[in-house]
Amino acid sequence: MNEIASFIIAKYNYWIYIVLMMIGLYAMIVKNNLVKKIIGMNIFQTAIILFYVSIGTKRGATIPIIYHGHGDGSHAVHATDYINPLPHVLMLTAIVVSVATLGVALAIALKVYRRYNTLEEDEIFTQIRRK
Amino acid sequence: MTQHLPAIIIVVPLLSALLVAVFGWIKKTICFVIALPAMGIVFLSSIVLFYKVITENQPIIYFLGGWSPPVGIAYNIDHLSSLVLVLISGVTLAHLIATRQTVIEEFTNKVSAFYTLYILFVTGLMGIVATGDAFNLYVLLEIASITGYAMIGMNSGRAYLACFNYIIIGTIGACLYLLGVGYIYLVTGSLNMLDIASILPGLVDSKVVPAAFIICMVGLMVKMGLFPLHGWLPNAYTYAPSSVSTLMAPLTTKVMIYVMVRVALYVFTPVLSFSVIKPGNGFTWIAVAAIIMGSLMALSQQNIKKMLSYIVIAEVGYMVGGLWLGNRMGITGAILHIVNDAVMTLCIFLAVVSFSSYKKRDKLSDFQGAFKEMPVTAAVFCVAAISIIGVPPTCGFFSKWYLISGGLAAGHYAFVAALLFSSLINMVLFFRIIEIAYFEPFSDHHGKKHHVKIAEASPGLLIPLIIVACMLIILGLYTDELVTHVISHAIPAEIV
Repeated sequence: MNEIASFIIAKYNYWIYIVLMMIGLYAMIVKNNLVKKIIGMNIFQTAIILFYVSIGTKRGATIPIIYHGHGDGSHAVHATDYINPLPHVLMLTAIVVSVATLGVALAIALKVYRRYNTLEEDEIFTQIRRK
Repeated sequence: MTQHLPAIIIVVPLLSALLVAVFGWIKKTICFVIALPAMGIVFLSSIVLFYKVITENQPIIYFLGGWSPPVGIAYNIDHLSSLVLVLISGVTLAHLIATRQTVIEEFTNKVSAFYTLYILFVTGLMGIVATGDAFNLYVLLEIASITGYAMIGMNSGRAYLACFNYIIIGTIGACLYLLGVGYIYLVTGSLNMLDIASILPGLVDSKVVPAAFIICMVGLMVKMGLFPLHGWLPNAYTYAPSSVSTLMAPLTTKVMIYVMVRVALYVFTPVLSFSVIKPGNGFTWIAVAAIIMGSLMALSQQNIKKMLSYIVIAEVGYMVGGLWLGNRMGITGAILHIVNDAVMTLCIFLAVVSFSSYKKRDKLSDFQGAFKEMPVTAAVFCVAAISIIGVPPTCGFFSKWYLISGGLAAGHYAFVAALLFSSLINMVLFFRIIEIAYFEPFSDHHGKKHHVKIAEASPGLLIPLIIVACMLIILGLYTDELVTHVISHAIPAEIV
């Protein structure tokens, strides 16, 4: 029991991202409202961003720049002392991508609303079937 | 100049998309005038790259901005990617010329927006193929996807809902790929594909590597529309504007299969993909299901575009199955079929567009008398149809031959049976259309004969269509050269 608890607590960042991802996936599959589906999609993307950010961080570490570069010479910070910046930089790009996806999805949802006058999926399907 | 070609194939369309967006506001006709030379330059550059790779027999590695990996992003043009680059740019060029009139009819005052998206879409696809960086691939994948969503959403009616579903499912696919790349990065600390490939074989005992592999592959399967993850594909292709579905159907799924080949052979390396993780048997069975279900569902459709979309799903099964047979024959067949299927799909979709150029022909029953009105389009349609069925000397026969030989060599008889079954179904599907279009209406054969006027599509559409149809036969005749000089070098030597 103790082992399981420590296993969960030691890797809590992975558990959080998995739970968030599943919430997003659940919303995308189960929710009836298109906007809720879009929000689920965004939660799904954010969970992965969180995963990337968490693998780069380190407790008590610093930013990866040359420490006190001016004046008394430059000595590089040791790799063990700084936070890996690469996953964070990658996630800047991924955030841009997720914003773009969100924008397109909302625009399409707006078009769906203008055509069917509803955002509920079941009502849209009954309208399509009626034709 | 020629050493910068790998950058030119991306930068030229990217900048011309910007130009189209700006000048399109001023004058609508200028969009095509900018897009055509841009795509021409891309096509010529791809051919030069292809020629260079083949004659020098080694990959071209280009560092963007002079930053060498692991800091910078490398573009890696080898036999496999240069072949697919030529394919994408060639298909796009033919499609661009062929659909000029259709685009003006379909997007009266949104022509500039359409061409901007169109060029960005192609830029994304070219980038996916050229890049040697796993994360860069994700970004370009999303560029291609988002522009694709927007283009599908430009049609009215059912397209909105189909597009919405595509966005949701496509995003899941891309995110899963991103997650897989994150896992790879976690264990290797690198994003460069060559670098990853040199590190991963040392990590055979790691549990993270199989997890990364499966997550990546599932993401890509969603994106390529492999049964049972194909839900988005038929509606998106059916309700998209015809000038969009004719471009996306040949390219999107095929490029995704290229990515799968690339990730399986050059990121995870054949050792991991075929000996350590060994998903081959399971994936081939999924492909068998895809082929059979795709064919059966195609059989039950009355809408021609939907029927062709289900044939695309079955063809995806061909290529995935061929790849995961894990032998040289099967993988050769899969890569050859990427090329052949792109050209075949382009040809058949363009032929359908040509059939509806005067009269809207959506349902199979609308095709009555179509062959008499449009004899040239009918001939092209028949060439594409027999190529999809797999009759020599068209190219469809040869890739199917390699796939079947691969299946026999691997002892996977279910895959062979599925391929033959699918060929039979395709024969039924196309002969049904040919029967309707050629022999109906039956009343013509009795009683009075009324004169049928020939009403062919415009030459702007017909000439590219004829060239594409000729390519089907040329590709078939030169299959041997293609396999020995290009595809055999594209497969790593350790695969027997």
